Amino acid sequence: MTTFTSIPKQIEDLLEQGSSAISRRNFLKGSGLFVVSVGAAAMADASPLNAAGTDQAAATAQAGGPYPDPNFRQLDSWIVIREDGTATFYVGKTDCGQGTGTAFRQMMSDELDIAYDKTTCVMGSTDTTVDQGGSGGSDAIQTDGWPMRRVAAEARRVLLELASARLAVPVDQLTVSEGVISVKADPSRKTTYGELIGGRRFNVTLTGNDINATTGIAKVKAVQDLKIVGQSLERYDIPAKVDGSLKWAVDVKLPGMLHARNVKPPVAGAKLVSIDESSVRGTPGFVKVVSKGNYVAVVCEREEQAISASRRLKVNWEKPATSPFPSSEDLYGYMRRATPTSNSRPNVVGDPDAALAGAAKTIEAEYDFPFQGHTALAPAHATADPSNGQMTIYSNDMKSYGLRNGVAQFLQIPRDQVRVVWMEGPQGYGRTAADDAGFEAAFLAKEVGRPVRMQWMRNEETAWDTKGPAYTFKLRGGLDAQGNLVACEYNAQAADFHHLGYNEPDTVLIAQLAGMGRTKPSSGGASTPSDMYAIPNRRMATAVVSLPLVFQTPLRTGNLRDPNGPQVTFASESFIDELAAAAKADPVEFRQRLLSAGAGDDSGFKRARSIAVVKAAAETFGWDTRSSPKPLGTGNILTGRGIAYAFRGQTVVAQIVEVEVNRRTGHVWVKRIVCAHECGLVINPEGLRRTVEGAMLHSLSRALHEEVRFDTEKVTSVDWSSYPTLTHADTPSRIDVVLVNGDPNPNRPDLPHYGAGEAACKPLIAAVANAIYDATGVRLRRVPFRDARVLAALKGSG
Amino acid sequence: MANITLRVNGSVQTVDVDPSTPLLYILRNDLGLQGPHFGCGLGQCGACTVIINGAAVRSCVTPCSAVKGEITTLEGLAQGGTLHPVQRAWIEEQVPQCGFCQNGQILNAKVLLDRNRNPTDAEIRQSMVGVLCRCMTYYRVQAAIKRAATSMAAAGTASAKGGVA
Repeated sequence: MTTFTSIPKQIEDLLEQGSSAISRRNFLKGSGLFVVSVGAAAMADASPLNAAGTDQAAATAQAGGPYPDPNFRQLDSWIVIREDGTATFYVGKTDCGQGTGTAFRQMMSDELDIAYDKTTCVMGSTDTTVDQGGSGGSDAIQTDGWPMRRVAAEARRVLLELASARLAVPVDQLTVSEGVISVKADPSRKTTYGELIGGRRFNVTLTGNDINATTGIAKVKAVQDLKIVGQSLERYDIPAKVDGSLKWAVDVKLPGMLHARNVKPPVAGAKLVSIDESSVRGTPGFVKVVSKGNYVAVVCEREEQAISASRRLKVNWEKPATSPFPSSEDLYGYMRRATPTSNSRPNVVGDPDAALAGAAKTIEAEYDFPFQGHTALAPAHATADPSNGQMTIYSNDMKSYGLRNGVAQFLQIPRDQVRVVWMEGPQGYGRTAADDAGFEAAFLAKEVGRPVRMQWMRNEETAWDTKGPAYTFKLRGGLDAQGNLVACEYNAQAADFHHLGYNEPDTVLIAQLAGMGRTKPSSGGASTPSDMYAIPNRRMATAVVSLPLVFQTPLRTGNLRDPNGPQVTFASESFIDELAAAAKADPVEFRQRLLSAGAGDDSGFKRARSIAVVKAAAETFGWDTRSSPKPLGTGNILTGRGIAYAFRGQTVVAQIVEVEVNRRTGHVWVKRIVCAHECGLVINPEGLRRTVEGAMLHSLSRALHEEVRFDTEKVTSVDWSSYPTLTHADTPSRIDVVLVNGDPNPNRPDLPHYGAGEAACKPLIAAVANAIYDATGVRLRRVPFRDARVLAALKGSG
Repeated sequence: MANITLRVNGSVQTVDVDPSTPLLYILRNDLGLQGPHFGCGLGQCGACTVIINGAAVRSCVTPCSAVKGEITTLEGLAQGGTLHPVQRAWIEEQVPQCGFCQNGQILNAKVLLDRNRNPTDAEIRQSMVGVLCRCMTYYRVQAAIKRAATSMAAAGTASAKGGVA
């Protein structure tokens, strides 16, 4: 058994934030020696606690290494219980602000039978937590929550056995409440978790082929027995975000740390010819220009010096012989003319050609969706420390484990000599440039042999961060004489060639620019609608097109929150509305007819749950049954309502928005949003509501404002005026999020918990377009709905 | 380089820097403050907001040599260990998602409420329009401002009554 007398400051901070019941001093007091279960890695990291030191914060990197992986098949890797009866959960996820850490604590506390406020949660650092992959795919609660519940249940089982031995009473005659085990027949005979295991290891081996399958012998509780799950507990991370005490990844300061800034090619695809280092040499704080291939960075002592030097550095670039891409004005024409790099095999049901030919009425529509960016509120950043022959990276990258593996490969450092300390940062909604900055910081730290803090500037972040792919769509549909949808054809093209993965050592930007990247692009992909409509004849086909410049391009695509959902659902759910209008049917009733026409069902009852959310949304909104558009109003402000629906994984969502359209200015205000959201068992209702609100308003920003602009040389969206985003002025005056349980057996004891981080992103843009149509009779088929575009469409309609 | 003296959260600090250095870098890198954040460096987003002489100031575009008054950062908002009513409202309303922009949201809200104890929805929108959030927590920010206004009004009433008693 290994013990140490101190804890990493970062974990200490997390503990401090986690619960006022467990202050650092309480934590240390009475446990002169205590166990941390997370293996030799954390033990080696036992640097003396610096009680004062804000600036020493992350200096744990000075100690230790190498950093082998915590073993997920050991219960001690997941749960530590101390003598005072408090517990810490170690999980391999990251919380990007949706409150998953609080939800994990609720789930694990419930299974362990311990009071929530006696627990803390440590997340995402590669040497102290098992590798559950970090965040992504809205899988935190849906997938990773299960091993967390099972290991906590296993710990409870083991503690009951220990209590049985101590009290000489069979397990089935014991009862547990908030970390106290007592004899059912004689409650005065009792013992506590702290007494049973506090300060010692469980030494219990778990099973499971992979981390998601991790389990002990114990079974998880029935839903009816969960007490903490389902409560709207306050998020533990919020107080420190409100009083300024949180140490973010941007706040890391290390002894001897330098500051770096990139110098990016001014034209996409430009080749570096020469660098005139004399343009910055001798200026205050200048340390070094680092370049490799077309990658250039400046390293200085102080941050403002690095910024200044990166702007002054004279670099000669040679423009590429051909344009890297068409201008954004010509994008959709280019995409429609382009020969796809790949076509999917169409997904066909029935005989759509014959059904369309025989339809009483057919309609056709094309939709366009631009590139949009993550465009984080703060530019990408990371700090890397090469001390002691190791490489520690302090990063907010939501996939810290992948960053660790990727950097080890990129720098050809043994994997166990690299660790990523995960810390909070701005906005982790997919494959952000946090990946790129992490590699760059590590590369530069290795080059200069000192800790390096890298941060991109605003223009880099907006221009060069990964983009959600642009799409063009063409849809055709056929109605019979009674207005029933008999056939639908869907064709989508995504500008998604060479879609980037996460933390790939041969696709991160520095690898591409430095000539260390792969030469064979990944194929990319385009998606199809996510609905449960029973359409008897349907064809869905997708294709990927490439822009001329594939590598070293700012128009590089990567996962952006619900990576294809907002694009695809904009087209598919706008078109369903167009069909409903052509059938002169009410949009809600038209959808319910399509959902109810299905006979079979899937294992997750997604069809039944789809019907339930559409119904719940309509009831909550107070939907009046009629077809769209409504009779045109006479004033300057036209109002209307629109619905859209979709699923993501097993989570089902219907949204209704009410808009005001100013016919004089073209300005659209979404005044009200109703969302009916079905994700199975809800862990924290108020936390979920806020996540859903954020997801919807993120899509509202994409609907009203966001479009990456570029000319034939470079991206021209470089700041918040050239890449506008949602503001306070756009905020709806009312948002209702209705949490629905549409399971055919809503009280089943094994009700699953599904993901909720992204599903609500999907329908909103279509709902807005449908509401604008309802208000004005004008159909907007190109995103975003900025004032000028809306006004032009209104005028075009006469 | 020059000696620049700043008054921050009740203490006086002197640093030897290029006088054109934006205040933000001094606060963050020399004085160890974590409340003000770099977001754009252009004065467009508000993440770097500090309060100087009662006004919300964007420290990323303010040269440190130009600062004359007392600077209050997010860390300085609580008094004697008691959170400001705006901060309490933020927790009660569970406003943040990632939370990175909330420094600017909170400080701008504080300045708004200092000037206008009972702002209308339109006044809140207008006053806060330049403070950006990419997690789009605006709906909860606005709710928290109204909540803080209510609690501050109640506290004002209570203290007035207390004065009479």
